Amino acid sequence: MSNANELTLSDARDALRKGDLSATDLTMACLTAMDAGDALGAYVHKTPDMALEQARAADARLKAGGAPDLCGIPLGIKDLFCTKGVASQAASNILEGFKPEYESTVTSKLFGDGAVMLGKLNMDEFAMGSSNESSCYGPAVNPWRVDDRELTPGGSSGGSASAVAGDLCIAATGTDTGGSIRQPAAFCGIVGIKPTYGRVSRWGIIAYASSLDQAGPMTKSVRDAAIMLKSMAGHDPKDSTSAELAVPDFEAALTGDIRGKKIGLPREYRLPGLRPEIQKIWDKGAEMLRDAGAEIVDVSLPHTKYALPAYYVIAPAEASSNLARYDGVRYGHRAKLAAGDGITEMYEKSRAEGFGAEVQRRIMIGTYVLSAGFYDAYYNRARKVRALIKRDFELAFADGVDAILTPATPTPAFGLGEMHSANPVEMYLNDVFTVTLNLAGLPGVSVPVGLDADGLPLGLQLIGRPWAEGDLLNHAHVLERAAGFVSKPSKWW
Amino acid sequence: MSIDVETARRVAKLARIQVDEGDLPALAGELSNILGFMEQLNEVNVDGIEPMTSVTPMRLKRRADVVTDGNIQDLVLKNAPDAREGFFAVPKVVE
Repeated sequence: MSNANELTLSDARDALRKGDLSATDLTMACLTAMDAGDALGAYVHKTPDMALEQARAADARLKAGGAPDLCGIPLGIKDLFCTKGVASQAASNILEGFKPEYESTVTSKLFGDGAVMLGKLNMDEFAMGSSNESSCYGPAVNPWRVDDRELTPGGSSGGSASAVAGDLCIAATGTDTGGSIRQPAAFCGIVGIKPTYGRVSRWGIIAYASSLDQAGPMTKSVRDAAIMLKSMAGHDPKDSTSAELAVPDFEAALTGDIRGKKIGLPREYRLPGLRPEIQKIWDKGAEMLRDAGAEIVDVSLPHTKYALPAYYVIAPAEASSNLARYDGVRYGHRAKLAAGDGITEMYEKSRAEGFGAEVQRRIMIGTYVLSAGFYDAYYNRARKVRALIKRDFELAFADGVDAILTPATPTPAFGLGEMHSANPVEMYLNDVFTVTLNLAGLPGVSVPVGLDADGLPLGLQLIGRPWAEGDLLNHAHVLERAAGFVSKPSKWW
Repeated sequence: MSIDVETARRVAKLARIQVDEGDLPALAGELSNILGFMEQLNEVNVDGIEPMTSVTPMRLKRRADVVTDGNIQDLVLKNAPDAREGFFAVPKVVE
């Protein structure tokens, strides 16, 4: 095997089981690729010793037989996941030096299944961003490029997308609050699924907006996503919103048969000014699903337009509350105090020094919309609009729609720094197609479908019914197969 | 809704984030811009709609009010910027 790090998760699994490849060799190949890929800025804390130790244990387990799918699979873990004894700082200076004394439920489950951790992956600070530029480590870079510009891998799970697309790991974890798995997956030409809210435990994942946050896999294929999601999902008594539902075999759901299924195209997603290349790939995707025997129908989600403003009330409100814990007392950064400074100055200085500009902005917006006199006008109104957005989807599904097809992003990857002069609201528009699902709690998957005229990947998003990730992934599998997207970024790093 | 410098100062204070006096006008402008974007929500008729409180219709779980761990004082304090004699240390709170 020439470059084992380039394998898909399913091929690596099969090779490990057959004994064609050892977990140690596979891990070594990934560690070598990781070290050679520093120009991508994907890894922010490397854990090679831990990886090799886990790989050796995985080899013993594989030899004994009956090992789980993830056994011996080297993964990158987003910096948002608390990993015991390993820096976990949500790409924020306020958590500099923080090493959790506990393991997040998701990483516990992955490691329990024998997965190997190569290191922690770059992201936007506290998962707030769409370009990975708000990271305290500096941005991750997209392995795809068309000229001498460095492009964003998207965000917030930008390091995850970059590492998977650049073959610096077999797969990675991501989290998605407004599109943070699906947008970077689309920008980097990989697969990413945000499961139904409550499918995957949030325990031990550094919180941004608790009613929207959901973790999911970022992978090289739909099958890989199905395999990895099975390991990540499941009820957790430590997360009160985690669903007490059995985890189906998502991989077994990939029958490739969607004949007679009804796919909705929401007319409100045909935004004025939608780029022709995005419209074209969307039409092409619908045609592929039609050719596979599905029925394409027009659906209406009338409150779509209000999803972004509702999100930018609700998410900052929850963030201002969640991030109140960073006070310089129990963990993380504490500012050097001047003579006579009291505890209020300690809070104010520590938070001013520790949080970056976008995080500060969102905390303050959240503080404002929750403050006396504005709570009803902003926060409660946004939550009512959220109920309407959710109802739009419920009505579409009640009409017999099995899945909804939309673009994943309004543009292909843009250049790092290109949005610096833009106002924050322009950056927020990146989430226009993805944020509705977080508000409604629905599962959504981004699938690479083609390249634009410049040669950059474009993705489409499929939206599924709640708890029907298996069916959703089957649709994605059909789309993936029809699109035949096999392009890889040419290695420049 | 436009945010003036006084409101920006108050919000920063409530959020416990120090903002230099000279940065307040820019902050007020940014916050106004974002709140302006949110004004669109006023176009929506929300009469009779209850604010969404649960993403999936479920009753929040309860558990017995019992200690589930304990005796891990050193682990709890391990990441503290300043811990002394088994406590988190902070500047003087009461005169």
